[in-house]
Amino acid sequence: MAIIEAEELRKEFVVWRKVGRLRRQRQVVSAVDGVSLRVEQGETLGYLGPNGAGKSTTLKMFTGVLAPSSGRLRVCGLEPVSRRVQLTRQIGVVFGQRSQLWWDLPLRDSFALLRHVFRIPQAEHAARLAQCRELLGLDEFLDTPVRQLSLGQRMRGELTAALLHGPRVLFLDEPTIGLDVVSKQAVRAFLTQLRDQGEVTVVLTTHDLADIERLCRRLVIIDHGRVVHDGSLEALHARYGSRRRVVVDLDAPWEQVPGLSGAVVEAVEAEGHRVTFSLAEGVTAGHVITQLAGYAALRDISIVEPDIEEVIARLYAASDDARSVASG
Amino acid sequence: MGLDVRAFLALTSAGFRRWSTYRQATAAAVFTNSVFGFLKTYVLLAVALGAGGAAVGYDGPMLVSFVWLGQGLIGVVMLWGWTDLADRVRTGDVVADLLRPVNPLWTYLAADLGRAGYATLTRFLIPVAVGLVYFDFFLPTRPASYALFTVSVALAVLVSFTFRYLVNLTAFWLLDVRGVMLLAQLMMGALSGLYLPIRFLPDWCENVLWYLTPFPSMLQAPLDIYVEYGGIGTQLAIVSGQLAWVVVGFTACGWLQRRAAWKLVIQGG
Ligand SMILES: Nc1ncnc2c1ncn2[C@@H]1O[C@H](COP(=O)(O)OP(=O)(O)O)[C@@H](O)[C@H]1O
Ligand SMILES: [Mg+2]
Repeated sequence: MAIIEAEELRKEFVVWRKVGRLRRQRQVVSAVDGVSLRVEQGETLGYLGPNGAGKSTTLKMFTGVLAPSSGRLRVCGLEPVSRRVQLTRQIGVVFGQRSQLWWDLPLRDSFALLRHVFRIPQAEHAARLAQCRELLGLDEFLDTPVRQLSLGQRMRGELTAALLHGPRVLFLDEPTIGLDVVSKQAVRAFLTQLRDQGEVTVVLTTHDLADIERLCRRLVIIDHGRVVHDGSLEALHARYGSRRRVVVDLDAPWEQVPGLSGAVVEAVEAEGHRVTFSLAEGVTAGHVITQLAGYAALRDISIVEPDIEEVIARLYAASDDARSVASG
Repeated sequence: MGLDVRAFLALTSAGFRRWSTYRQATAAAVFTNSVFGFLKTYVLLAVALGAGGAAVGYDGPMLVSFVWLGQGLIGVVMLWGWTDLADRVRTGDVVADLLRPVNPLWTYLAADLGRAGYATLTRFLIPVAVGLVYFDFFLPTRPASYALFTVSVALAVLVSFTFRYLVNLTAFWLLDVRGVMLLAQLMMGALSGLYLPIRFLPDWCENVLWYLTPFPSMLQAPLDIYVEYGGIGTQLAIVSGQLAWVVVGFTACGWLQRRAAWKLVIQGG
């Protein structure tokens, strides 16, 4: 059974816009516009989209704090809004800019209080806390009041707080937003560990591509409330014809290699001393380099992975085109 | 949605510890409450007794203890300045309250009782000690009055809590609760017996306040019980009235909170 099942999920907000001095006009904003999704136990899913795409709105519906306007939704087999209280025991949630910790008390106290609030057996609580302390390096600030923690330290505390009751699914809304580089790394490394243990399903929203590049095998990309891609990063590259590249530095200026297969020249720079090839699909860099080595003396070689920013920019451009065709 | 006793006590103790971190604010409040205690004592003794205060049932020592216990209880029942819930609604942190398997009303109540406990040890005991040292302080003649006073203070905290919680809940509908909060604080101050015993008001007015508003139950009630205003029958009637307001208060909080949660879930805050 899938742990999250969403079918044609929609959320519309009614907003009143000012028009003129006194009149206000009713406007319907489609924040989430027909999202269908199945997430299996143990998956780590990246939910990606630009600001305002509907990521937070989706997550709020998944966690039962926001009612869908229409569509069918089950999380851990429960209908989230009507079974919110039961669901809280099965899910852990971190909303990037929100806090679930007790502000004026030492971080350690929040963890102790959560044990009571969720009625977590002592041994389980201790084991999970010990693991988080080690992996997230909490010990140096366990006795610091939460209000004095840096954002990165607090986020590590929030992650721990969300996991103490042993949730089956962890929902993270922009967990790395505003963090310093070191904390970002710590959070990503921790989530990678969590993924590799495979017990907790993780749904992570972000607009930071670096978050999901290595962490999430599956990407769901949304734009204007609609899913525009659901699959691996590789599938995305394949769809938009992204290519890996081989860049070689040569002793002598570049001359055409007769019969070079599996690659085409994309750029020649530095008076012919640097050449960039883009690889055809399924061709290894080794295959191309071996051919080149037979013709010229290679000083240096580098392999450039396809650029994720670029492919996603293409994706958004394509989805915008589709929208303007549909509406125009 | 229930909260077991251990969880409730853990949250109460957290509330106590939280407020004990505000040392300077507590010291400043104790100082202010005590200074005003002197002012109010002199004014009340001069004006009220001169204008026949004894006629409404208080003599000098009774007024002295009324003033000083009142100054001490301001912090315990917390007539002013509780915006925890409203702040969390404004920032959106309140979502975290909905993501726990307990009713927020009980978690906020537990925390508030911890706060009241800390305030009893500091903001209540110190001004009362000052009053005892400097003035002729009334001491109850019946031992039962002490017990009833304690019960009545606890009920006053509950009535005040439910009222403050209701005011905070309006944050779900109002963008800015400062106006409502100010109005609520004015009423709590003026109608609870803090500025002057409401027995000094015309009878009809006093009756309206006792029977139709929760305000006297927040402060005047325990003070009247302490100074033995009327006999044991009156004391029991006062406590019963407070109990009724506790029931009304929690019922109203439960109802309004359900509507607030519903609004949040539909409109997304
Ligand atoms: N409570 C709300 N009322 C009205 N509009 C909202 C509300 N919440 C979100 N929106 C709108 O819905 C859209 C999606 O918002 P959101 O889910 O927060 O996007 P993201 O998290 O991807 O940045 C935005 O246009 C936003 O303005
Ligand atoms: Mg968002």
